[in-house]
Amino acid sequence: MSTVGQKEVKEPLIRMMKRDSIPARTAWLIRIAAVILALIVCAFAIVAITKLDPFQVYVGIIDGAIGNSRRTWVTIRDILVLLGIAIALTPAFKMKFWNIGAEGQVLMGGLASAALMIYVGDKVPNWLLLITIFVASTVAGMVWGLIPAFFKSYFNTNETLFTLMMNYVAMQIITYCIVFWESPAGSNTVGVINAAKRAGWFPQILGSTYGLNVIMVLLLTVGMFLYLKYTKQGYEISVVGDSQNTARYAAINVKKVIIRTMVISGGICGLMGSIIVSGASHTISTSTAGGRGFTAIIVAWMSKFNPFAMILVSALLVFMQEGSIQIASQYGLNENASELITGIILFFLIGCEFFVNYKVEFRKKQKGVI
Amino acid sequence: MKKAIGLFLVLTMSVSMMVGCGSKTSNDTAKSDTEASSTEESASTGGTSSDIKVGVIYIGDENEGYTEAHMKGIDEMKEALGLSDAQVVEKTNIPEDETCYDAAIDLAEQGCNIIFGNSFGFEDYMLQAAGEYPEIQFCHATGYQAAGSGLTNMHNYFTAVYQSRYVSGVVAGLKLNEMIEKGTITADQAKMGYVGAYPYAEVISGYTSFYLGVKSVCPSATMEVQYTNSWSNMSLEKETAEALIADGCVLISQHADTTGAATACEAKGVPMVGYNVDMTSTAPNSALTSASINWGPYYTYAVKSVIDGTAIDTDWSKGYESGADCITPLNEKAVAAGTADKVKEVEDALKAGTLNVFDTSTFTINGSSIEDLIKSDEANFGKYAAYVSDGFFHESVVSSAPSFDLKIDGIKELTAN
Repeated sequence: MSTVGQKEVKEPLIRMMKRDSIPARTAWLIRIAAVILALIVCAFAIVAITKLDPFQVYVGIIDGAIGNSRRTWVTIRDILVLLGIAIALTPAFKMKFWNIGAEGQVLMGGLASAALMIYVGDKVPNWLLLITIFVASTVAGMVWGLIPAFFKSYFNTNETLFTLMMNYVAMQIITYCIVFWESPAGSNTVGVINAAKRAGWFPQILGSTYGLNVIMVLLLTVGMFLYLKYTKQGYEISVVGDSQNTARYAAINVKKVIIRTMVISGGICGLMGSIIVSGASHTISTSTAGGRGFTAIIVAWMSKFNPFAMILVSALLVFMQEGSIQIASQYGLNENASELITGIILFFLIGCEFFVNYKVEFRKKQKGVI
Repeated sequence: MKKAIGLFLVLTMSVSMMVGCGSKTSNDTAKSDTEASSTEESASTGGTSSDIKVGVIYIGDENEGYTEAHMKGIDEMKEALGLSDAQVVEKTNIPEDETCYDAAIDLAEQGCNIIFGNSFGFEDYMLQAAGEYPEIQFCHATGYQAAGSGLTNMHNYFTAVYQSRYVSGVVAGLKLNEMIEKGTITADQAKMGYVGAYPYAEVISGYTSFYLGVKSVCPSATMEVQYTNSWSNMSLEKETAEALIADGCVLISQHADTTGAATACEAKGVPMVGYNVDMTSTAPNSALTSASINWGPYYTYAVKSVIDGTAIDTDWSKGYESGADCITPLNEKAVAAGTADKVKEVEDALKAGTLNVFDTSTFTINGSSIEDLIKSDEANFGKYAAYVSDGFFHESVVSSAPSFDLKIDGIKELTAN
């Protein structure tokens, strides 16, 4: 990728050079340009399929995402979930621990809350039930994060494979539980849990069904920002992430940091599971996490582990997803249209990082082009 | 420099294209917006068919037989009542989770007056939405909770599909008779295989009515049932059919959504009866017919009720008499001679109501009739007292979804469940 080995004989048309540093403003300009380009390409893709003009398509997307208060809240709800999981993944990835097991950690948290809603839903007051749910789901997620971290730190197992496989274990456990919780019998689904009494459901706060979701996820976001930036533990995470040897030299207990960080990461994922189950879906299935454990990885990376940037990235992704669902139903496309849009946006967002890190130069003669 | 100019030209062109298109159609959007809002205003009052808006939530899309049948029904309704495309909002591939609730709410917010959902697992979510929008009618296929929900705007519907299964059974029975007469098999070897989805009442009711249809013309017939535990799994259904054939089954039928069994039967030269869709394209020499459902009559009835401002039945289940059930055209290449006449006779009897599929004199359970078992006061059978009277089991009367889940003599379930 660099200019090594380049002779005077023939200069390539395009050269790429690693940038030493880039002003933050330029970097953000490149990213904004990428978003705009992504939107244009999305529009052309939809136009190619629907034969409609882009303007109408965008009106449809905006209408689908925030067209009325219901849709706006659904969009906000889904942004919060994606954001929360990305927040959960941040400490692990900052430590270069490739936790791709968020899906499973979220599912285990969701499973714990569903179990409590089903078995103790009518026995305790709702506030006590909710607190129990938060604790239990966090613990469930912690356990799911602890297992791979333990093996990583003591046996140096590959955490990527380990966390990935834990996802499937979690899915199987849920499939197994659905057999017992099935409602109505024969549907192979759990149905709406406690539909009549709403036990274990988030109460209405600030006049909104999803008020508590907003408060909890925003607290997590601010908390994670402070934790990473201003605490000793947060500093240890970045040292271990940069170089484990340096960390050891600085007398940091690497094993302990790995385990502690993954317990935090898994715990927040588990808590997000309860926010999904108690605060939004009121049911449990293998699709409860719905791939968001993976999308959140991209959100975390894209945002350079800055929790506030994650708000923007997850908002953009969810906004386009909800919008394209509307486009799909309006113009008779299927759900793949929404995946197509997400794919295009991610392609540009990730692709633009190349231009942030590398400088592209054309052959000198045509320098005017740039 | 040339390149820069070229790039600039391309950019300007694409921008001007976008702007051009944009200004042209912004009017259309505005128009459809006003249409939508006027619909919302008249949502609760009913009125003419031009005011109505219909929402539909499908588990699959046009590539999946069950949903395809529903879509045809919706199209039939659209045509019958003269609705425009804009008046019907269809959401496809909705999973059986909270997505269904979101979809129902979204349809309600778009101003739909009536919302249909076609999958069993949708019911809880539709109930939840129905509670929040009491002025909108919610109709759920294959469910059973509407009557007990206390909501006047929640309805269940299904068709008397056991009637089509019975008729398809008659076709299969005649084929067995032909094979016995030709000497291909003996009367004792008339064993059929049934590829079932799940061990639920809907499937049990279906295979029992099929079997009773067969038995009405071929008394020596027996049947084996093997479950796949999936509504739709092409390769598994094919393998299951192959296993049943290897086990000595000479005719195959199915209650699952794909043509997997048909593929296996065509390869082995075993006659088969399909479900939902005509399977002669997959098995041109083996498929006899398929038991099928026509959803059009219900959709037309329900939407018309909303237009007229009349109440919709909480539980709707009609069969041959309303055209909601049928079998697909007989495959003349495969069926036994005289099948068409016999089918017509049975269908006429079903339409006239003189033939009851679950006639209690035609089947026994462990050697006893269902009436005796109910009388014997055994706890397990007492619950059927509400269904059995006048010499037959009243299927789909108490609730629109099938409720016959008795294991009758002559049928053997291979899967232990």
